[in-house]
Amino acid sequence: MTAELIGAATPARATDYRPPSLLSVYRVRAMVELKTFVREREAVVFTFAFPVLLLVIFGAVFGRQDVDGGVKFAQVFVAGMIAAGLFASSFQNLGIAIPIERDSGALKRLAGTPMPPSAYFVGKIALVAVVAAVQQVLLLAVGVLFYGLDLPDDGSRWLTYLWVGVLGISACTMFGIAATAFVKNGRSAPAVISPIAIVLQFISGVFFVFAVLPQWMQTVAAFFPLKWMTQGMRSVFLPDDYQSQEPAGSWEHARIALVLGLWLVGGLLVAVRTFRWRNKADG
Amino acid sequence: MSDVAIRVSGLQKTYQGRAAVDGLDLTVRRGEVFSLLGPNGAGKSTTVEILEGYRSRDGGDVAVLGHDPAEATAEWKARIGIVLQRVDDLAQSSELTVREWVSSVAAYFPDPMRPDDAIELVGLADKRDARSSSLSGGQRRRLDVALGIIGRPELLFLDEPTTGFDPEARRQFWGLIESLADAGTTILLTTHYLDEAERLADRVAVINAGRIIEVGAPATLGGRATAAATVRWIGADGPHELTTDEPTRTVLELAARFGGGEVPELVVERPSLEDVYLRMIGGPE
Repeated sequence: MTAELIGAATPARATDYRPPSLLSVYRVRAMVELKTFVREREAVVFTFAFPVLLLVIFGAVFGRQDVDGGVKFAQVFVAGMIAAGLFASSFQNLGIAIPIERDSGALKRLAGTPMPPSAYFVGKIALVAVVAAVQQVLLLAVGVLFYGLDLPDDGSRWLTYLWVGVLGISACTMFGIAATAFVKNGRSAPAVISPIAIVLQFISGVFFVFAVLPQWMQTVAAFFPLKWMTQGMRSVFLPDDYQSQEPAGSWEHARIALVLGLWLVGGLLVAVRTFRWRNKADG
Repeated sequence: MSDVAIRVSGLQKTYQGRAAVDGLDLTVRRGEVFSLLGPNGAGKSTTVEILEGYRSRDGGDVAVLGHDPAEATAEWKARIGIVLQRVDDLAQSSELTVREWVSSVAAYFPDPMRPDDAIELVGLADKRDARSSSLSGGQRRRLDVALGIIGRPELLFLDEPTTGFDPEARRQFWGLIESLADAGTTILLTTHYLDEAERLADRVAVINAGRIIEVGAPATLGGRATAAATVRWIGADGPHELTTDEPTRTVLELAARFGGGEVPELVVERPSLEDVYLRMIGGPE
């Protein structure tokens, strides 16, 4: 029976190589990532509850205040948290998960199979997309129900929401994958990745109104994607009058697209050149 | 199709000026179970990982199934199976079931076994729906093997597959390897267990300091088959020991001396594979 099952010695095996379709492998990888994520209960709770919790705390403290320009703080803060949620579910998620998988040998195992390397990244991107989408719905729901968040009422703003969101997580996904090249191992990953995320949140206008930050802080933030994502989200949730409060006096949609696009391409180039399937201790 | 599965000549690999593999030559024939023996740091794992395509080499020629593993393609990888030495991904926070693991890896290969058949073959049928993190060490190792053979490899690398097994689990595992070998799979086995190599391998190679010291069938390695035997028995005046090239004659003489009756505690011993191995690598006899 074994001989038939394994059939290794059969010299008559197909001479022309017909790999499984790329699409089928992508689907399998996406399912592996999603199943693994959903079944890790702590990770699910943390990923979804943390931004909501932050929203509740900040909302309770500052919720009734208005910011300059006659806008409710909730409106500014929800826009910031939406951008921060996208950043966490892409950059932070992958920046920490990939080094752990590299340590455990999961990546080495995959590298020893004929799986196309792109399938691993497609699986991760699928996970990021699903996590980000669920998180967005939660944040919007909490914002509307508890803090009187006004949802955009015209299609063009929803369109802005969509492209800023998609381009933002794409850029931050590549940023996260590229960053893993500079993380030594799984244990040190949170210590490297989390501070980057937290500092960027503070200087990019998530917790504080961007316009009131010191000039140098605004300048530093402008080099990173999160600032542009929060700005993009403000353009979705705040009235156009508020543009006068922005550093450039406008929403700068073209520049948002440009910076996020550069991060996407740059991150991709770095990731392709530096990605390792084994950790350094393994040679 | 060539009858050689692996051909290595003059393999060199240096880490920070220290040669881990130093002019290693090796030929593994198709369909044979070939075992690499050697102390830690002898260059076994480095050699195997070069053959698997994981590591680059500094010199020498390598052909695995007719291809250079340094230029591994998906097509080539589909023809080999790898059971790595130390991977924790099945234990660490893996929430996939045995079946999900096997089916997902099967999806990467062009012509895989049916996942349930592979699970059956490694004896995990009743654990099919268990999450891999809940398996015992031995069961996880069998899942490792299921993932290694799911693509129906022509050549299977087994790197210390039974480390940490209890004796019963090891015997079961040997049965599995024997059935794979019977099916025609070429197997390259590295192990620390000499009884394992003796039981499974058609030929063994002893490697030390990055070179092959000797290659041969386990029964003849190091002149074992023709080496002097030791005969031991208890006489009226206590234990005796005699080293001889003609143990049969000695036993006959002893039998006569004891009047054709039983010779007390008679033992005839050839040097074990372990004795030969330890002598080769320069360890204690």
